[in-house]
Amino acid sequence: MTITEKVIARHCGRSRVVPGESVWVDVDILMTHDVCGPPTIDIFKREFGEDAKVWDPEKLVILPDHYIFTQNHHANRNVRLLRAFAEEHNLPHYYDVGTPRYKGVCHMALAEEGFNRPGSLLIGTDSHTCTSGAFGMFSTGVGNTDAALIMGTGKIWLRVPETMRFIFEGVLPPYLMAKDLILAVIGDIGCDGATYRAMEFDGESVYSLSMQERMTLTNMAIEAGGKNGIIGPDETTIEYVRARTDAPFECVYSDEDARFQSEYRYDVSTLEPVVAKPHRPDNRASVVEVAGTRLDRAYVGSCTGGKLEDFQAAAQVIKGQEVVIDTYIVPATTEISNALRTTTLDGTTLWDVFVEAGCKMGQASCAACLGGPPDTFGRMQGSEVVISTTNRNFPGRMGSKQASVYLASPLTVAASALNGVITDPREVFV
Amino acid sequence: MESNIRGLAYVVGDAIDTDQIIPAEHLVYSLKKPDERRMYGRFAMSGIPVQVQGLPEGHIPFTEPDKYESKFTFVIGGTNFGCGSSREHAPFALTEAGAKVVVAESYARIFYRNTIDGGFVVPFEALGKINDQICTGDDLELDTRIGQLTNHTTGKEYLLKPLGDVAEILSAGNVFEYARRNGLIAPSDERH
Ligand code: SF4
Repeated sequence: MTITEKVIARHCGRSRVVPGESVWVDVDILMTHDVCGPPTIDIFKREFGEDAKVWDPEKLVILPDHYIFTQNHHANRNVRLLRAFAEEHNLPHYYDVGTPRYKGVCHMALAEEGFNRPGSLLIGTDSHTCTSGAFGMFSTGVGNTDAALIMGTGKIWLRVPETMRFIFEGVLPPYLMAKDLILAVIGDIGCDGATYRAMEFDGESVYSLSMQERMTLTNMAIEAGGKNGIIGPDETTIEYVRARTDAPFECVYSDEDARFQSEYRYDVSTLEPVVAKPHRPDNRASVVEVAGTRLDRAYVGSCTGGKLEDFQAAAQVIKGQEVVIDTYIVPATTEISNALRTTTLDGTTLWDVFVEAGCKMGQASCAACLGGPPDTFGRMQGSEVVISTTNRNFPGRMGSKQASVYLASPLTVAASALNGVITDPREVFV
Repeated sequence: MESNIRGLAYVVGDAIDTDQIIPAEHLVYSLKKPDERRMYGRFAMSGIPVQVQGLPEGHIPFTEPDKYESKFTFVIGGTNFGCGSSREHAPFALTEAGAKVVVAESYARIFYRNTIDGGFVVPFEALGKINDQICTGDDLELDTRIGQLTNHTTGKEYLLKPLGDVAEILSAGNVFEYARRNGLIAPSDERH
């Protein structure tokens, strides 16, 4: 069996499952946020009664992150609804806005707070819940109805997916990042190339990546339509998890004779920096092909491109220079935001590197990654052309239907911010 | 699910993602308050660029400005319909606008799952490309029992894919009723 099949089997009390069958599984962690949490709660109460109890308060994690720093009355109301629910149910894992507990973007927060554990099964009301799969666990996104059923019962039905395997070999050159790898894969198989399937990432280059970079790979499984992304756990995984939780976990791996639906091999040393052109994540071009494209903005942020290492990469390029277009820096979480002020590059904090270069600094949240209310930090308002480290570039994704979004690695985005046109990071790399 | 559904077609292109079905800025309305809830109907499909709203001509809004309901019963899409976010607001918005059926070449899995589990629009899969053969405004009729779609405007008929094992959830109404029938949660008459 593959890791995905094994995790699902364990959670339905069976020794074996096969792709295609539907099973009811027990959920270890249910995650929700401010956009999908309130309607999930409404459905939960409708179906289980006004006084119904959450199946297991220890297993419900609520992370407001989407519409946080806005005056929008409805958005603020959503956070109040979450707060009231957390109070009513005495939920230990609610990370309230405006308190020291506030975290920011849910998928990174789950990792930082130790909710991602090898061998476990996590469901979230957000399509990028597949991010957690970097920890050798099954994780996928669902809608409010499914989440409400879990809230009441701890269970969900799942169809066991077939697994596609992506093997990365060779040494990753310094001008490439995980974002280039996953954009290359999505370009190859298309936005629906992995629909209903698991995407398992394997190979020495994957295991040479940090957890943050691995999360960039699994984060974007959904951009190929994947049900989940998954990477077998290793020492790096265990070290990361152990530093954040005492909870027990059990590592599982794909068997030698596991059946894969298909297998793709990449020699990473031969790959090039890539972008996804507007308006689809599979609309790939090499940076060389689109170099010189005029830009209005650059954006470094989100669950896939707003991690500490993403900023370290961007800072390496930007340090000591000035950006010539509006450049937005949005850390995914408060932990990352704090780290920007303590992590240094040649004696200067990353925060200062960006400020001195003229970047606009945002607060930990999803911010303009998904547009949001008109007063959202960095949101597109017109026909801007932007290069961004986020994960989606569908029309209107970053706020304006007229805007054009290029997706790229933090290195490429930073290099482009310095020139105001799409720029190959190899040009500015010393 | 009704056995026979008749109404007008609204045709869109490939990879209609959830931001096009209901733009993120509109996800804040309450589903419980009727005056807010109807906003989902009003803004359903409003994220699609106007040139391709209602193919082949475009420039046809799914819901007329200042209306809360659409006159279209069928949404006809291409590949990967509903890709993008997990927001259940997407199938909900289509349903709230009055649509009953989506017929697309293929679906993104979360959207598909949401339509079934929530008991919203019924997602049928066409056997091939269909959004280039039907025009916005065509008069369609669907026999849901055998999955036969008739275009009364052109006289053409299409056989759609069988619904498969999700038919059980569809016939239960939504995943809660399905779970009750399977003994997973107490029957509705036993609670409160
Ligand atoms: S940062 Fe963007 S992709 Fe990630 S959870 Fe927030 S809105 Fe979704």
